[in-house]
Amino acid sequence: MSHLKSAITPIIALVIAFLLGAVLMYLQGADPLLAYQSLFYNAFGTSAGIAESFGKATPLIFSGLAVTVGIRAGLFNIGAQGQLISGALAAAWAGHRFTELPTAIHLPLSLLFGITFGALVGTISGVLKAFRGVHEVITTIMLNSIVLQLAEYLSNGPLKEEGQIIARTAPIQESAVIPTVFNLPLGFFLGLGVTLIVWWIAKNTTMGFSYETVGRNKNAAWYAGISVKRVTIGAMLISGGLAGLGGAIETQGVIGRFEPAFNAGLGFDGITIALLGRANPLGVIPGAILFGGLRGAGPNMQFDAGVSPDIIDLILAMVLFFVTAPLITRWFRLKQGNQLSVTSGWGN
Amino acid sequence: MFSKSLLSTYAVILVISYFYFRDSLVTTSVAGSALLFGLPLAMAAMVGILCERTGVVNIGIEGTLLFSAFLGFFIGAISKNLLVGVASALVGGIIMSLLLAVLTVNWKMDQIIAGTIINILAAGLTSFFYKQGYALPAILPRWNIPLLSDLPFIGPVLFTHGPLTYAGLILIITLWVGLFHMRWGLRSRSIGEYPSSADAAGIRVNRLKYLNLILAGGFGGLTGAYLALELVGSFDRGFSAGKGFTALALMIFGRWNPLGALGAAIFFGTAQAIANQLMITGVVNIPQPFINMLPYILTIAVLAISAGKVRPPAAAGRPYEKENS
Repeated sequence: MSHLKSAITPIIALVIAFLLGAVLMYLQGADPLLAYQSLFYNAFGTSAGIAESFGKATPLIFSGLAVTVGIRAGLFNIGAQGQLISGALAAAWAGHRFTELPTAIHLPLSLLFGITFGALVGTISGVLKAFRGVHEVITTIMLNSIVLQLAEYLSNGPLKEEGQIIARTAPIQESAVIPTVFNLPLGFFLGLGVTLIVWWIAKNTTMGFSYETVGRNKNAAWYAGISVKRVTIGAMLISGGLAGLGGAIETQGVIGRFEPAFNAGLGFDGITIALLGRANPLGVIPGAILFGGLRGAGPNMQFDAGVSPDIIDLILAMVLFFVTAPLITRWFRLKQGNQLSVTSGWGN
Repeated sequence: MFSKSLLSTYAVILVISYFYFRDSLVTTSVAGSALLFGLPLAMAAMVGILCERTGVVNIGIEGTLLFSAFLGFFIGAISKNLLVGVASALVGGIIMSLLLAVLTVNWKMDQIIAGTIINILAAGLTSFFYKQGYALPAILPRWNIPLLSDLPFIGPVLFTHGPLTYAGLILIITLWVGLFHMRWGLRSRSIGEYPSSADAAGIRVNRLKYLNLILAGGFGGLTGAYLALELVGSFDRGFSAGKGFTALALMIFGRWNPLGALGAAIFFGTAQAIANQLMITGVVNIPQPFINMLPYILTIAVLAISAGKVRPPAAAGRPYEKENS
């Protein structure tokens, strides 16, 4: 029951944001009903649409989980974007470079490359936070930009496909491609599995408990003998690894190579998804499916109702606003739960 | 402390004059572009300093810059009046800081999440309402200050800029005077350090927080106006390009002191100007992405060096709850 109750605020937030979105469309002279009808029908009304939505949801599950793991340990990882891109690029490299490997080795190996490079980028922020007291919000944002530039350089330089004009890497080998079953991308089910594992670890293990203790009260954790530094680095490593895996799955399951513009925004949606799920790993799934559906069907909405898909960004921003600001609990007289909190000042 | 800053000023003068006598043209242009690159970062850092000195962490500077530059550019382009553009940018900055004030002072939200909301909301608004095909009638004109602009080196570097450059520099110095040599600054800093004793001394904590956040929004709006209407003269999606976050790093590097942050920003600007100059002259062939990366890498490096050693305002990040009210 408590799960149902904690879902009330996000649902009301979604409703309000969509209503405000409708007002904006109306003011722009479009028909909001037609737009939403097209949006939801194309996202969830047909089997092809659902498969597309699940496919789009897959990287979002991972970036949402990445941000969730961070928040549980008191860290605000805004760098899921950069970590995801490093993973996507590393998987594209491994998927292309290694030849004549059987699928059973090549596919997981390329995923592992993605995880490793995502984790590496995350760990940089973790180490800087643990040992130098540099706030992760700044380092992760800076690393987003650095990784983006680096990826642009690599896919337009050393890793560029031969004879190609646009910046992109060569396609990955057949043996690294993640297959689809009944049109459903296998990566989606991997996402569900990983979500369950993260949830189980968070609820049932000492590790999950110590992360949460650090997240709630660093001093208490320190007194209880938990190494705050280790948790900080560990959380950023796992967070980055999850985002990197999301990028690798996107490369190996959807895009088939690395192209800089194709992963834009996936990591940033993870922030909203994680906050929408109130930092519960299981809460990531519905958020990711909803976002994936909206992102996937946005172009249809433009075609059917003439509304720019940019409105989805704005609606999602309003969702974030209403889900985190204590407005809804006041308006609807709900019992106020724990407010989400990540601020721990600039220092330790 | 005094001798240290004197020593570094002395060293800077020596280095500049060495390069000036080797190649006066190039040195002047590098110093000039160092100011151009650095000033918006310094002005944006003032937003952070004003907020944090009064106990509010503001990671929404990026969104504030984006939104105010957006309003400044489009209203300036539609009205074909740059002054109206500047005014709208100021209003845009103040709207964003009022939002931050409501979220953090009234609703006592987590300040990092509140700042993130501002950033994401600004990105959403500016990309949804973005329209192609608008142009400004002109950019803000240069004002060469009579006599001063004729000075060798100092003249072209400092006194041949647009009005917002002068406004920015003057306001940064004013802010420093205000924060450290006026009653307002003492009061502001006291609520950033220990709000309950400031309250006991009769300072109306939340009212002063509101005032300072509005001032901070004004600085943010001025920065947005400077970027859109004086420096660049156009607007694009994601126009602020991380400057709001770099500004936060400069704020920390400059120890929450306006002059410190200005110095840090000029240092950043100089690094960028030198990199660009090396590119132009073809001394080294660095691929463009690496040049673009430079400010971000510098930000991380600077923080890794300085963050552990400096002490932020003690109450930054915590909402103020009055006891027994």
